Amino acid sequence: MKSLGSIRRDFAPWNDPNAKPYIQFDKVTKKFGDFTAVNNLSLTIFEREFFALLGASGCGKSTLLRMLAGFEDPTAGRILLDGQDLRGIPPYRRPVNMMFQSYALFPHMTVENNIAFGLKQDGMPKPEIAARVGEMLKLVKLEQFAKRKPHQLSGGQRQRVALARSVAKRPKVLLLDEPLGALDKKLREETQFELMDLQQSLGLTFVVVTHDQEEAMTMADRIAIIDKGEVMQVATPAEVYEAPGSRFVAGFVGNVNMFEGKIAHGEAGAASIDAGNGITIRTENAGDAATGAAVAFAIRPEKIRISSTRPAGAVNAIEGEVYDIAYLGDMTVYHVRLDDGHVVRASTMNAARITEDPLSWNDRAWVSFRPDAGVVLTR
Amino acid sequence: MNPTWSRFNITSIVLGFAFLYLPIVLLVVFSFNESKLVTVWGGFSTKWYVSLFHNQGLMDATWVTARVAVISATVATVLGTLAALTLTRYTRFKGRTLFSGMVFAPLVMPEVITGLSLLLLFVAVGLDRGFLTVTLAHITLTMCFVAVVVQSRLITFDRSLEEAAMDLGAPPVKTFFQITLPVIMPAIISGWMLAFTLSLDDLVIASFTSGPGATTLPMKIYSQVRLGVTPEINAACTILIAVVAVGVIIASLANKRREVQRQRDEQAAQRG
Repeated sequence: MKSLGSIRRDFAPWNDPNAKPYIQFDKVTKKFGDFTAVNNLSLTIFEREFFALLGASGCGKSTLLRMLAGFEDPTAGRILLDGQDLRGIPPYRRPVNMMFQSYALFPHMTVENNIAFGLKQDGMPKPEIAARVGEMLKLVKLEQFAKRKPHQLSGGQRQRVALARSVAKRPKVLLLDEPLGALDKKLREETQFELMDLQQSLGLTFVVVTHDQEEAMTMADRIAIIDKGEVMQVATPAEVYEAPGSRFVAGFVGNVNMFEGKIAHGEAGAASIDAGNGITIRTENAGDAATGAAVAFAIRPEKIRISSTRPAGAVNAIEGEVYDIAYLGDMTVYHVRLDDGHVVRASTMNAARITEDPLSWNDRAWVSFRPDAGVVLTR
Repeated sequence: MNPTWSRFNITSIVLGFAFLYLPIVLLVVFSFNESKLVTVWGGFSTKWYVSLFHNQGLMDATWVTARVAVISATVATVLGTLAALTLTRYTRFKGRTLFSGMVFAPLVMPEVITGLSLLLLFVAVGLDRGFLTVTLAHITLTMCFVAVVVQSRLITFDRSLEEAAMDLGAPPVKTFFQITLPVIMPAIISGWMLAFTLSLDDLVIASFTSGPGATTLPMKIYSQVRLGVTPEINAACTILIAVVAVGVIIASLANKRREVQRQRDEQAAQRG
C-alpha cells in the first residue's frame, strides 16, 4: 500500500488534461446592490483536492464559499459540482457541508447532539447515528466531552466539535471558512496538520477560505489568490511563492524585494534589467518579456546574500548600508539601504549559533544574488 | 471610593423606598386587621382572607382574569414573536418603517384611546362585549411588548446558527423549530410573562371592552372600592402582590443561578 505521503506527491490532477473537474465556477458574478463582490470569475477544483481561497478581507472569497454552500445565488454564471448545476438547489439539499468561522455550534445541544444533528436530518437509524457520532468524537479526540454543552468547552475544543459536525455526514465537499482564525498561534499550527491528515484519511475535497497566507501555504494543494472579486493566480504553494504571476501576488504572498525597470537587452529568457540609478540586474528568468518592456524584478529576501565585501565572481552585487537588523532566532533579517535610497530586505538562516562575521548597524554591506534567484513580472 | 452613609444618602434612600413601598406596606398590614374599619387597627386576624374565599363575586373575577391573562398572553406571544421575526429578518420590504412604527405605537398610545377605539370597533362589528372582547383587547395591548422583548433578542441572534442547521440538511421550518425557537425561548418566555402581568393588572381597557359576566379582578376591586374599601379587598390585593413577588423572585433567582453556573462552566472549560 502506498503511504499517504507518496499519494500526496503524485497528486496533481490540475496537470492532467483528461482529469475531470469536480467543482467549477463558470464565469460567476455576484453583486450586492451596486457592489460587485465576485466579478466574472472562473475556477476549477478537483476531487480530493485541498484548495485554498486566499485574499484580504472583503476580496470576495467568503462570498464564493457561501455561493457553493447555497446561502447566496450567483447574479450571473454557473457553479457546477460533479457536473451538476447547483443553481436553485437550497443549502439543505446540497452534498456539501461547511465549517463556520464562528463555529455556529448549537448552544442548547450537547456536543454529541450537535454532531448528530445532520445525521438526524437524513433520517439515519438511531444505532447508526450513535456509531457515527462515536467515531467522530474519537476522530477529534473529544470522547469524554460528549455530554457537554458548547459553552463548557475551550476554543480549541469548540473548533474540533464544529469540524466533527461538518464531516459527520461525509459530504462530497467540506467548506471551511477561516477554520483556524479564532485559535492562538500554537494551537493553529498543530490544527493545520490535523486538518491535513483528516482530509487525507477521509478522502474529501476541502475548500478553505483564509486570509492567512502561511495557513494556505501549509495546508493547500493549490491556492487561488483572490483580489477584488477576481482570481489573480491559481497554483501550488511553491509556484505561488517562487513564480508569482504578477506584482500583486508576489507582494501578497511572503516578503519580496521589488525593482521596477526596463528590459535593456534580452534573449532566450536571459536579460539585463535597467533598474535606474546605475543598477543593472542580470536575470535568467525574463521569460518572453521584450526588450524595452516595463517590468518588475522580484526577489525573495532569503535568496539575497549579504556580506561585508563584494563576493568574488558575483553577477549581481549592489552596495549599500545596513540600516536595520531584526534577529528572529532561526534567522536574521537585514534591511540594507542602497545608495539610491532603495531598501533591500535580506534574510540569513542562523545555521551556526555564533556568526563569525557579524554585520552591524550602519556598516557598508554588499547584497548579491544569482541570476536565477529572482523572477521578472510583466503584470 | 468608600461607600459613605452620609446623611443625604440615607435620607434619599428612606424617602425613595417610603415613596415606593409605604402604600403597599399599609395595604398589607391592614389586610390582617381585625377591625372592619380600614384605617383603625383592631388587632391581628386572618378572617378577611377566609371571607375572601367565600366572596363568590371576587372569586369569579379572579377566575376570569386568570383565563383572560393566560389566553391573551399566549396569543400575544405568538403574534408578537412573528412580528419581531419579520421586523428583524426582512429588513428591506416596502413600508417597513411604517410597519414597525405601527407595531410599537400601542406602547405609547394612551390606554383610554386604545380602549375607546376597541369599544367602537366591537360595537361596529356587532360583537357582544364579554370574555372574548376583553381577551382580544388585551392581545392588542400586550402584543407590542412581546415584539419589543423578542426583537431585542433576535438582533443579537447569530444567523450562522440557522445557516449551519440548513447546511446540515434541515429545511427552513425545521430549522426554525429546532434551532431558532429554542435559542430565543428565554426571551419569548419573558415576553409571555410581561404580557401576562400587563393583562392581569389592566383596568382601563378592560373597563371599556368588558361586558356582563366578564368582570376582571381589577374591575371588581375598583367597583367595590367605590362603595368603600373593605379589608377583604386588602386581602385580595395582598395575595396578588404575593403571587407577583414570588414570581419575580423565582425568575431572578433562576436567572442568577444560570449565570453563575455558566461562568463556572466557562472557567472550567478554560482550564481544560
